[in-house]
Amino acid sequence: MARNHVSATVNGDQVEFLCETGQTLLDVLRDELRLTGTKEGCGTGDCGACSVMVDGRLVCSCLMLAVEAEGKAIQTIEGMSAGEALHPLQRKFVEHAALQCGICTPGILIAARALLARNPDPSEAEVRFWLAGNLCRCTGYHKIVDAVLDAAREMRGA
Amino acid sequence: MRYEAPNTLEQAIALLSGANGRARVLAGGTDLLIQMRSGRTDPELLVDIKAIPELTTLAAEVGGYRVGAAITCMELIENAAFALAWPGIVDGVKYIGSIQVKGRATMGGNLCNASPAADSVPALIAAGALVCIAGPQGRREVPIEAFVAGPGKTTLAGGELVASFLLPRRSPRSGDAYLRFTPRTEMDIAVVGAAVNLTLDNKGVCSHARVSLGAVAARALLVPEAGAALIGTRIDAAALAKLAAAASAACKPIDDKRGTKEFRIKVAGVMARRAAAIAMERAGRHS
Repeated sequence: MARNHVSATVNGDQVEFLCETGQTLLDVLRDELRLTGTKEGCGTGDCGACSVMVDGRLVCSCLMLAVEAEGKAIQTIEGMSAGEALHPLQRKFVEHAALQCGICTPGILIAARALLARNPDPSEAEVRFWLAGNLCRCTGYHKIVDAVLDAAREMRGA
Repeated sequence: MRYEAPNTLEQAIALLSGANGRARVLAGGTDLLIQMRSGRTDPELLVDIKAIPELTTLAAEVGGYRVGAAITCMELIENAAFALAWPGIVDGVKYIGSIQVKGRATMGGNLCNASPAADSVPALIAAGALVCIAGPQGRREVPIEAFVAGPGKTTLAGGELVASFLLPRRSPRSGDAYLRFTPRTEMDIAVVGAAVNLTLDNKGVCSHARVSLGAVAARALLVPEAGAALIGTRIDAAALAKLAAAASAACKPIDDKRGTKEFRIKVAGVMARRAAAIAMERAGRHS
């Protein structure tokens, strides 16, 4: 079995790892780098629980091979707060009780941050369309959408 | 399983040619990784084509566009000039999965996966796009509608890969559109898809029209009779009715959990008519 040597950055830190060709980025984040904040839901790109940023692009880490991460800058949920200080999105998710079991939450936070970076003032419809690839089987989405809109307001200083 | 990410097309072709059919091209991977996971494919070699500059370049060419096969859907959607020139293709690309999936997925992969319901394919057919294929014998260009052989099957020969798409020069007063029917608006697979690409003359008469349907046959169809129904008309109600009838008549659908034959045949006409109306409105903006 071929082993591949990969150098990348994760949340700004230089990392190196060896991976089998068939291992996904999600496998390596969780099992090799022990960053278990990124979750596996479906493993087929339908649920978004494994969402991460790769070179500024929102992707499902289950649909990318770890070997494809060579030279890439990866951001995961572990890099979202500034130490103990939660990101406004994280704080608003707590305030709005926008999570129940929590499996979808890291992916939704990563996806929502990507949306607000492009569009600081999204409509409710824009939030719902952007998050269509993130499934939550607990909340019914209303609280999630409310939390994202509220965080956007705060981040705009409105 | 080995992984290679060559920097040139020649290297990629050499790798594919030397693998006795056990190699797979890796572009976005959003279909391939799922096939590998489910055991439907078990390649010995993956040839990642994203490090080949030509395959990730979008450039103007002979008045049209050359679109690298490995450009991600999100990059295409974000290219304002391309979206203005070919809004119907961007309509199709936008339907390919979630934002996350579109961050990886490519039009080349959407074509080569050869699903009859592939959302970018009808718009490419309607556009009159050519697919540029590179292989051990050199390069060849074929119309999109001649590329797919059937569900999951392409006409690529051993060692060949899709390098790019060539979109023709756009005449003034041209517009295109793609619509699909799905129970959900996002994250779904087309029950029926219809693309229309047309040009109006300076009196508002349709001088060129191509119509393509997806998910109503073993592969996306070019429907010349449907295009002919619009040419020479002002795309009035009678022309649209003729277009819808021609679109429905061309369908050879299956019954499945997404829709019955009867439903698909009826809805193909409706989608074609609505897509034509949008294409006409867009053509009017490019005068």
